[in-house]
Amino acid sequence: MTILYAIFVDPFVQMAGAPDLLVQALWDGLVSGVLYALIALGFVLIFKASGVFNFAQGIMVVFAALTLVGLHEKGVPAFLALALTVAVMFVLAVGVERVVLRPLVNQPDIILFIATFGLTYFLIGFGELIFGGNPKAMITDQLFLPRGVVDVPMLGGMVSFQKIDIAAAIIASLMVAGLAVFFQNTRIGRALRAVADSHKAALSVGISLNQIWVIVWFAAGLVALAAGIMWGARSEVSFALEIIALKALPVLVLGGLTSVPGAIIGGLIIGVGEKLGEFYWGPLVGGGIESWLAYFIALAVLLVRPQGLFGEKIIERI
Amino acid sequence: MGRTGYRYLAAAVAGCLAAGAVALPAAAAEDSNFVPLFTYRTGPFSGSGIPIANGMRDYLEMLNQRDGGIGGAKIAIEECETGYDTKKGLECYEAVKGKNPVMINPWSTGITLPLIPKAKVDKIPVLSMAYGLSASALGDTFPWVFNPPNTYWDGLSMIIRYIGEQEGGLDKLKGKKLGYIYLDAGFGKEPIPMFEQFAKDLGFELKLYPVAATDMQNQSSQWLGVRRDRPDYMVMYGWGALNPTAIKEAVRINYPMAKFISIWWPSEDDAKSAGDGAKGFKELNWHGVGTDFPVIKDIQKLVVDKGLSQVAKDKVGEVLYNRGVYNSMLIAEAIRNAQKLTGKKAVTGEDVRRGLETIDLTPARLKELGMEGFTDPLKLTCSDHNGHGATFMQEWNGEKYVKVSGPLKPMTDKVEPLVQSAAKDYAEKNTGWPKRTEVCDKAS
Repeated sequence: MTILYAIFVDPFVQMAGAPDLLVQALWDGLVSGVLYALIALGFVLIFKASGVFNFAQGIMVVFAALTLVGLHEKGVPAFLALALTVAVMFVLAVGVERVVLRPLVNQPDIILFIATFGLTYFLIGFGELIFGGNPKAMITDQLFLPRGVVDVPMLGGMVSFQKIDIAAAIIASLMVAGLAVFFQNTRIGRALRAVADSHKAALSVGISLNQIWVIVWFAAGLVALAAGIMWGARSEVSFALEIIALKALPVLVLGGLTSVPGAIIGGLIIGVGEKLGEFYWGPLVGGGIESWLAYFIALAVLLVRPQGLFGEKIIERI
Repeated sequence: MGRTGYRYLAAAVAGCLAAGAVALPAAAAEDSNFVPLFTYRTGPFSGSGIPIANGMRDYLEMLNQRDGGIGGAKIAIEECETGYDTKKGLECYEAVKGKNPVMINPWSTGITLPLIPKAKVDKIPVLSMAYGLSASALGDTFPWVFNPPNTYWDGLSMIIRYIGEQEGGLDKLKGKKLGYIYLDAGFGKEPIPMFEQFAKDLGFELKLYPVAATDMQNQSSQWLGVRRDRPDYMVMYGWGALNPTAIKEAVRINYPMAKFISIWWPSEDDAKSAGDGAKGFKELNWHGVGTDFPVIKDIQKLVVDKGLSQVAKDKVGEVLYNRGVYNSMLIAEAIRNAQKLTGKKAVTGEDVRRGLETIDLTPARLKELGMEGFTDPLKLTCSDHNGHGATFMQEWNGEKYVKVSGPLKPMTDKVEPLVQSAAKDYAEKNTGWPKRTEVCDKAS
């Protein structure tokens, strides 16, 4: 009975007893969730357009942030460094299309997947060669990103909102909305959706696959840059960010690999779920459940909806 | 290129590889001693790994430049990148063990643990300096493993002693709440049995906040837990990206920094990144910080200024850089002792094991080494592979760490029984754990 009480009653008593902490956990979860969603979006964009599960998305987050900070360290003014980093991500997109995707076109998906492993190790080595392996501080002030905390008294307690978290939530939401509008309402967006539906059909109506791939990888690069800046500002720019990016995997399992709304909703569910789980139920097992809880949530959803929350149901005749 | 051309090319490549293979073990050269350094200049833990790697390498390189090595034998230094990954560490071990290494410095508790049973078999001593298995301080059970100058259990006992001093006596800890945030890996879990014992003996409540390696930069849940539980003191055993993130999060929730105390691993950068709010953050240390020591001056002059180091000049003298220097000083002393004991210039792992057991860093010897005032004397023996010396508390003042306490000695009466029982357990659980047969040298 004690165990049942600890699992099913006590956490809710705690929530009611200290609602400010519940709001804090929800807020922290939402911020993490938005950032997970941003990373997951990079995976989804590339998967939709090329059927490639881009294992390198995590390292692209590190590489983009490292390029920005590394250029600034070498004396480049912050906003010029930002523009140059955007240019670097574009060059990377073109390079990936020319060197990795184009020669492997028509190869089985698994070959392209493995190729992104190669890209991961290339970016790790190249990034370390140019900028070194030591962690760097994000140029938060130079980019006019806010610092500090806003403490709001509420519900008989205090809820702290980090200004950088507020900025992260706003910027990530704007980016997600912008990308959604871009891919829904523009000519390129329609072309992308056509490519996602059928490569052959898209080719037959004159859509250039190569051009679409460059655009999509570039968009994924921009998303990676935004995620890198935000995570970097919360902690530091280091190769540890790559492992955080792997948190996007359960988001994808949950939201579906092909769904932009799925990436967003999945990110939020995972972000909030893991924070509430760790905070209220973690102490029951000595803590540290956050690292696997996200996968547990995703698997639980898969039991009910194997295609994920928003993924396409694939029916194949066998 | 025709088929014959390819054959020639293949033969040439094979020839080059063979020549390389012959030339590779500079280690095995007659008048040199091979010192492999397991380092991590890449990956999530590079923030801690880079300064240590630089300090270790630069001290040994300085001996090569200044003295032509040790006792007339050059030091063959070879780094192997582990990324703080146990699997990679074991690959490094397999890669170097055939080259007659004088010892292994794993620089990871996770890598140290599987090397402990291998050390005796392969006759290669393991130096896990102030990390690794606390019980391996007992030379009678672990003749091939050394962990001076303090174990993680010693470290914890010194933190508890310090907290007791702040509260006006250890008895004042009764009814208090202590939080423990740690890397959820072998390293962070190591002090938990000791912590639980202290909680029982002194009557305080212990709250655990494990942080998985995947969440080192994502600790808001743990610190929300701290906000809820309101521990009177927070103790941290962190590494890599865990440390700066934890300090930032502590600042974010307005945790009183004066009551946030770490084991000896955070660097200046870890505290600096949290801004002014990090002032007052504390950690243990047992050696000097800064460049105002003859040994560091020699390194600057003979290695850094000559462009033989990878370190940025302004990083010389920082906590973890000097930690690396201390580690390599122990390596060098062990080699020197081994040379004295055997009369050989090029020594083996077996010889250096004896050299480690005869380390005796007296004040006079420390002065000779250019380390007067850098650290306390240290003496290892056949039965004591640790020394269990005193440390001190240092505090971050916004710019650098400054000493804020007198000597803090480990609580031997609490630690020793646990060390003895843990060593006994280890020997019992590892069936066939050999009894010590290694002879004890006189100097010991």
